[in-house]
Amino acid sequence: MAMLSVKNLGISFGGLRAVDSFNITIEKGELYGLIGPNGAGKTTAFNLLTGVYKPDSGVITLDGRNITGLSTIEINKAGIARTFQNIRLFKNMTVLDNVKIGLHNNYKYSTASGILRLPSFFKTEKLMNEKAFDILKVFDLDQEAHYLSANLPYGKQRKLEIARALATNPKMLLLDEPAAGMNPSETEELMKTITLIRKKYDVTILLIEHDMKLVAGICEKIFVLNFGMELANGRPQEVLNNPEVIKAYLGE
Amino acid sequence: MKQWKVFNQLNKSTRANVITIGVIAIIYVLCQLLIAVGALSNLMQGLLVPLCYYSILAVSLNLTVGILGELSLGHAGFMCIGAFSGAFFSRLTENTITSPWIRFPLAIMIGAIFAALFGGLIGIVVLRLRGDYLAIVTLAFGEIIKNIINVLYIGIDGSGFHFSMKDSLSLGLAKDGDIILNGAKGITGTPNDTTFTIATIFLIVVYLIITNLVNSRSGRAIQAIRDNRIAAESVGIDITKFKILAFTLSAAMAGIAGVLYSHNISTLVATPKNFGYNMSIMILVFVVLGGMGNIRGSIIAAVLLTLLPEYLRFMQDYRMLIYAIVLIVMMIFNWNPACIAWRKNHTIKGTLLSLLKKNRKEA
Amino acid sequence: MSFVSYLIKGVSLGSVYSIIALGYTMVYGIAKMLNFAHGDVIMVGGYVIFTVMSMMGLNPVIAVLISIIFCTLLGVTIERVAYKPLRGASSLAVLITAIGVSYLLQNIALLVFGADTKSFSSVITLPALKLADGALTISGETLVTIPICIIIMVALTIFVKKSRTGRSMLAVSEDKAAAVLMGVNVNKTIAITFAIGSSLAAVASALMFSAYPSLTSTSGSMPGIKAFVAAVFGGIGSIPGAMIGGILLGVIEILSRAYISSQLADAIVFMILILVLLVKPTGILGKKMQEKV
Repeated sequence: MAMLSVKNLGISFGGLRAVDSFNITIEKGELYGLIGPNGAGKTTAFNLLTGVYKPDSGVITLDGRNITGLSTIEINKAGIARTFQNIRLFKNMTVLDNVKIGLHNNYKYSTASGILRLPSFFKTEKLMNEKAFDILKVFDLDQEAHYLSANLPYGKQRKLEIARALATNPKMLLLDEPAAGMNPSETEELMKTITLIRKKYDVTILLIEHDMKLVAGICEKIFVLNFGMELANGRPQEVLNNPEVIKAYLGE
Repeated sequence: MKQWKVFNQLNKSTRANVITIGVIAIIYVLCQLLIAVGALSNLMQGLLVPLCYYSILAVSLNLTVGILGELSLGHAGFMCIGAFSGAFFSRLTENTITSPWIRFPLAIMIGAIFAALFGGLIGIVVLRLRGDYLAIVTLAFGEIIKNIINVLYIGIDGSGFHFSMKDSLSLGLAKDGDIILNGAKGITGTPNDTTFTIATIFLIVVYLIITNLVNSRSGRAIQAIRDNRIAAESVGIDITKFKILAFTLSAAMAGIAGVLYSHNISTLVATPKNFGYNMSIMILVFVVLGGMGNIRGSIIAAVLLTLLPEYLRFMQDYRMLIYAIVLIVMMIFNWNPACIAWRKNHTIKGTLLSLLKKNRKEA
Repeated sequence: MSFVSYLIKGVSLGSVYSIIALGYTMVYGIAKMLNFAHGDVIMVGGYVIFTVMSMMGLNPVIAVLISIIFCTLLGVTIERVAYKPLRGASSLAVLITAIGVSYLLQNIALLVFGADTKSFSSVITLPALKLADGALTISGETLVTIPICIIIMVALTIFVKKSRTGRSMLAVSEDKAAAVLMGVNVNKTIAITFAIGSSLAAVASALMFSAYPSLTSTSGSMPGIKAFVAAVFGGIGSIPGAMIGGILLGVIEILSRAYISSQLADAIVFMILILVLLVKPTGILGKKMQEKV
């Protein structure tokens, strides 16, 4: 069965139809790319999938469960985690704490046991630290665990956002331009990390990206959005050679 | 030596806690010694308890402003609720529960619970508002509480409680009746149960509650909301729950400060001076000058800024003026971009080092 | 008939709130800061008029003019000395500084004029208007206040819409960075905004202390707070919002003072504010804002 199935999703802002009849089916374990020119509605599509915006029409099904119209919080609990185009870290907190916030819903103890320092606090915090370091190691961030996240270099901030999203133990990971602002070698490394986490954490990935090398290099399928509508959808070679797609990117 | 090793193994936050509590304890012992040898003036002795409840107020407001990141201008309102509900309880049970060792903790609990209820209520309002709108609503809340208490009359006689919002006569009390809350005249005759020792203990308790909270799962969630609400939602943090939690807890602790206050004075009345927005702003100033989110800083700022006007007493007329100027200058020094840059190049350590270098060269 | 007279009194008080609220709303809209000291400028204006009239014995009109000039200079000075260095700092830092300025003004006034309440003699010499065989009396203060408020409102709206300075104000309030790129002098625009707000505060102080003549160093803070409530009520940043908010607030205050309880009037005003904001979180005419994700 499909991990994510979106039928006829749409939203309007005022008179503008930002996303219109958006249909996509992503199989479990797939790595899907979402591309399109600036202003095509890619991030809006992400915001619809994660409940930041409520869709005017359409149905979103995650792993057989209808999640349309749920709040961002509920959608995350249902199993979708995301990163942001403009990095949104918890800047005044350490790298480790950023990841531990991601673990919030999977490792629990009550507020009272936290204040009173009951045994469950120490036990759970220990487990959280272990898990968080596990994830940080994957992203090669474990050395910087006690740095303030705002002090990380840009590329590492992007990675930390992915680490934080993964900490919520998602079924589906949405990455919004993970390679933006990275140099070619950083991008190369990121591609490796993305393929690695897909296997290690058994997660399905949908990513928005402008770097065609990255998209063509790691995505199994590509969806092209233009003016809020589907322009092409399929295997990378077919899609990227599609004359319509080339026209949309390069103009007439 | 061995002890030091153990101490260094504690994690950073625990170490900070131990240091702060140690310093509070040392200051407490010093004050007691000074009192014993008669070296502390009456004025200073009278300030010891206020220093504790101001510190509690500052620490508790830091939870909403520094840790949760929501501006509140109504903190005195929560203190007011705690003060009146605690004093009301003590006056009511003064003759039935004679031991202050039982009565006073109960009064503190009641003050904290009532304040917490209102804190939760404001927390719900807060969910819909942001920034300056929230500031004005909290300010309005503080004023409402103060105004309502000033027209509230509650008495008790053989037939039970009597309420009125007009005057004490319309309570219709029997001859043996007792007016407990007398409108703008407030509550008189509250037992003076607050001592410097109890106030210090509660300061330490409140300090521990906040620091332990901050370094726990719930505290992290609260800080995540402050740093980036949208990201916090995206990782499944329940914004509603933690905002209300922070407001409730912060209000409860302001309530404790209120109970300490009301059991330290003979007549409790709600005036613009003690429970008005000026008071709320004063507490906010403690928090901001002590450093947002810095719990220890809140205590230091509360103590210094309470003592400063007292030490300026010899220039009675000018002390509030100087206070105002200090406030403005410190804000500009702390936040002006040019000043921030200047400070970076002129740290105490840096200046000392450069002086050393200069000396060495000359030698 | 008494209801009508309370209503008129309410509109009159509300007009004063509107004029003060304009100062808040304009400064908020343009400098994105809550000028807590605005209320205290009103108090200063009151003392200036008091000094010129009662101590120097000059004509009320001259007193008001001097007060307007004084407050305008004061407002610009405050902005230059206390707020300008903090441009770009967190809004909380600016708010605390404004609170510091508010304390400063109050304490200077306390030092200069002492703690005793000064009795302000009305600057308005217009006799009261008696209608319906004396059943309805409208004071001279009311007769002057309401038209002045309307004139200010109309003039300000035209100024903001039509003049070059007004349009640069709109530009700065919309997007400071873009305004700079378009060649708008942001510092000058903010200074002008403070000048206008403070001169309006001086006008409001003349009208308010004429109707409510007791003057102390803290006389400005409560009207200031209420005017801010009015600005929030109407939707902060909006000029007609300040007008509507101010008048509603004045009417609610006077009516609850008359019919419910004079002690609870403030509490009622504040409760209505909370209710309004719960239903409409950005005030009556406020714009809805959504954070871009």
